[in-house]
Amino acid sequence: MDHETESSAPVVSNRVMEIVVAGLFALFSIIVMMDSARVGAGWASDGPEAGYFPFYVGLIMLVSALAIMGTAIFRQTNADSGTFVEKHQLALVLQVLVPSSVFVALVSFLGIYVAAAIFIAFFMYWVGKYPVQKIVPVAVGVPVALFVAFEIWFLVPLPKGPVEAMLGF
Amino acid sequence: MEALGSLIQGFGVVADPMNIVYMFIGITLGVLIGVLPGLGGANGVAILLPLTFGMSPTSAIIMLSCIYWGALFGGAITSVLFNIPGEPWSVATTFDGHPMAQKGHAGEALTTAFTSSFFGAFFAVIVITFLAPVIAAFALQFGPAEFFAVQMLTFCSFVGMGSDSPFKVLCAMMLGFALAAVGIDTVTGELRMTFGSVELLRGFDFLIAVIGLFGIGEILLTMEEGLAFRGKSARISATVVWRTWKQLPKYWVTAMRGSIVGCWMGITPGGATPASFMSYGLAKRFSRNGSKFGTGEMEGVVAPETAAHAAGTSALLPMLTLGIPGSPTAAVLLGGLLIWGLQPGPLLFVEQADFVWGLIASMYLGNIAGLIVVLTTVPLFAAILRIPFSIIAPVIVVICAVGAYTVHNAFFDVVLMLVFGVLGYIFKKLSYPLAPLVLALVLGDMAEGSFRQAMLVSQGDLAIFWSNYLVGGIITLALFMLFWPVISTFIRRKSGTTGGTEAVAAK
Amino acid sequence: MKVVKHPRLATAATFATAVLGATALSALPTTAFAWEPTKSVEFVVPAGTGGGADQMARMIQGVIQKNNLMKQPIVVVNKSGGAGAEGFLDIKGSKGEEHKIIITLSNLFTTPLATGVPFSYKDMTPVAMLALDNFVLWVNTASPYQSAKEFIDAVKTAGPNKYKMGGTGSKQEDQIITVGIDATAGTKFTYIPYKGGGDVAAQLVGNHVNSSVNNPIEAVSQWRAGALRPLCVFDDERIPLKEPIAGTQSWNDIPTCKESGLDVTYTMLRGIMMPAGVSKDVVDYYVDLFQKVRETPEWKDFMEKGAFNTTFMTGDDYTKWLASADEQHRKLMTDAGLAKK
Repeated sequence: MDHETESSAPVVSNRVMEIVVAGLFALFSIIVMMDSARVGAGWASDGPEAGYFPFYVGLIMLVSALAIMGTAIFRQTNADSGTFVEKHQLALVLQVLVPSSVFVALVSFLGIYVAAAIFIAFFMYWVGKYPVQKIVPVAVGVPVALFVAFEIWFLVPLPKGPVEAMLGF
Repeated sequence: MEALGSLIQGFGVVADPMNIVYMFIGITLGVLIGVLPGLGGANGVAILLPLTFGMSPTSAIIMLSCIYWGALFGGAITSVLFNIPGEPWSVATTFDGHPMAQKGHAGEALTTAFTSSFFGAFFAVIVITFLAPVIAAFALQFGPAEFFAVQMLTFCSFVGMGSDSPFKVLCAMMLGFALAAVGIDTVTGELRMTFGSVELLRGFDFLIAVIGLFGIGEILLTMEEGLAFRGKSARISATVVWRTWKQLPKYWVTAMRGSIVGCWMGITPGGATPASFMSYGLAKRFSRNGSKFGTGEMEGVVAPETAAHAAGTSALLPMLTLGIPGSPTAAVLLGGLLIWGLQPGPLLFVEQADFVWGLIASMYLGNIAGLIVVLTTVPLFAAILRIPFSIIAPVIVVICAVGAYTVHNAFFDVVLMLVFGVLGYIFKKLSYPLAPLVLALVLGDMAEGSFRQAMLVSQGDLAIFWSNYLVGGIITLALFMLFWPVISTFIRRKSGTTGGTEAVAAK
Repeated sequence: MKVVKHPRLATAATFATAVLGATALSALPTTAFAWEPTKSVEFVVPAGTGGGADQMARMIQGVIQKNNLMKQPIVVVNKSGGAGAEGFLDIKGSKGEEHKIIITLSNLFTTPLATGVPFSYKDMTPVAMLALDNFVLWVNTASPYQSAKEFIDAVKTAGPNKYKMGGTGSKQEDQIITVGIDATAGTKFTYIPYKGGGDVAAQLVGNHVNSSVNNPIEAVSQWRAGALRPLCVFDDERIPLKEPIAGTQSWNDIPTCKESGLDVTYTMLRGIMMPAGVSKDVVDYYVDLFQKVRETPEWKDFMEKGAFNTTFMTGDDYTKWLASADEQHRKLMTDAGLAKK
């Protein structure tokens, strides 16, 4: 919340970002086309083969991506050179993204319930600066409610870890 | 009027107090299932199916179908509040529902969504009651070529939606098609673009993409703008329902159009998700407010919600009369019928009249019950927006993760969801449109499948798409829709008006 | 090829054995089983919700719950990716996991052949064959064919790719039967794959295809309504159910295809497998469980409604059956060019 104002420097411009994203599209489209050629991208006697549509989908994507890239490189207008993200904005976004990624990684080790408790508690403490007595009910309540709903009522197994195993689930 | 008599008898069956109790239990569970993304109507019904074994088939189907109605209603809630579609068919509801909430009209948006859902469902039930035999015969006309024609029509009535670069629209759309193709090819049984990875075998599920692109993407955007859901928590009072209702009648054309599109798509069967997109696209194109769609127009909520619920409801008709499920949830209900020893098919209406008319009567009552339940929750759900962002954000991420996991019971999908979230954020900032991407993802596989089935039938001859009036008519209509912007400009020029304030929303 | 390993499963399994050790010491006399589940059992369905295998699995789940056949809950999980490969790979990768079973359909044999994804029945422990699903050759009642012979002759006379056979999925059971017919009778059908059995039956009623090889349960209602006509059943013997179903006709009145001069037999396995590396006690527990399931009236009713072949097999018989079925599929698919090279 209290981000320093001097850090509003641009991190990356729209133009660079346009080129990078279009480049990724182009790369992806080439992968798509290659795999489609592998399974057969022709028109057989009884209609299109398995790779026919994906191949042309890839081709259209490639052409479009190159067009976007070309526009971004050659057209030097102010609109294009705007800022994609400023430093403090990026910091804020990462404030959600990094804990979320850690949470997802934790799910595979600790199961979703424990990971969720840690994630919610951490986020409330770090970003929201809440006191412990406010954090605990939410961080414990949400996973417990989910646990009851999924494991007990609906009988839908979600990822569980050693803690649940110790409790016999 | 024979139907009317049977229907009254049906109400007699449903009026059993236990059945009314099951109805409310079903609706409440359904709303809960609809709110949780990932745990969709189909999963929800499948999960609860074994629990109904102890009940009579009529009670069981009432409860299960009420779960389904509840899920149809509930899908809109998270769409409006957090831009996270609780169900695939509520994706189109996010387009205008969420902007409404951001402007502080969450209560209005929810009321509109629920009321429209109810309208669509009611329309569909009336159609089922009185036209069941006629419509069942119509559904049999649909072979692969006709299915493809309908899918193409859905697409054509939707494309060309606002964005500045046509190349970006194309890129996004093609990405959707390409992702839809990953996994096993239904026509040849070959694996496409899996590159030997087990995780890619199941392909990219529409729901995972949508939870990531819309839900997580929205959280990232919100964070960037400084830690608050822009939904100014307007005072929610009981009068919001009343106030909204007073405004709704003027959208009756859109509501009727949505209901008709929905019924048609539910019966043929095209499904609730394409129906909602098609209805939204048509409303945008033909409404006077069309150009304002996407900025929080009430009409933009009416269109997809009426269609989705009409389709969801009418999807039960081909299931009952033909044994073909009009939606994944209908497929699960169909399984339920078989397990209870009821054989869906042309004779069900004759041999199990009590059951069928009980079910139809429960559709009337279930939807009324559903509307009451969800409308009373409007203030409650709208109040969620008042919870501070730093509490609600991690909870949303957790619920999204749960949703992503439950779609296929796969951890990898949770990772994918996060990747789609980042993608959604970047796309939004570079103004790549998300709607064509998700539409391509949901329709791509189906459309390709139907097209290739049709080609197998005709042995590679494209003339099959004009081989009879039905398919030819739909294809022509689709092309007409695709070129509508051009055509309408042409008409306008011919008739001498110079566009002016009512400039055509060509893009 | 990456094999998914869930660390949580490994820990859960070790923990389960630990608990087992403890209970074995303290509470042995209370139970007649040498092994019992200590937590919920995951019932994997290698197909989507709503299909035949899913229906059967949820039916079994309901029967077990209703009759209290197991102390722990049984949880159905769909893993349908890659024509079921996802579900089978999960079982293959859960070696030694005692709380996981899978219901199989023909994709146990067909998917590895068609896609090259490496798994086979040998990677799993066979538990029991529950039933065999029958296949029937259906035509529209509006068509003139009264017997399989008439129909096959007409297909042969018309020449290749004139008659369309609708079926479920690609390179799966329905297509295998179709290529089996082609190979035996010298016909050449155009095979059109659809998503589900109900779709196929409706497509046949709507005359979009000429014939289908639907399972009885998928087409019975259309038969009773007089829209479809059964020509022959692809089993060694007629279906023993003599109660009239459609008009005066019963399942038993449908001749076998062999009787009608079309020497093709095919039935689809509905069986239970579990991960490799589990002890005999565990397998015995599940065999016993499914024997109890088979004795319930609900199950018997379900078998009759679906006109299943109710053969039950366990142990070596079952393993032998699996080996021969695997061989049959390999041969049929290789000959028809459906196997991945």
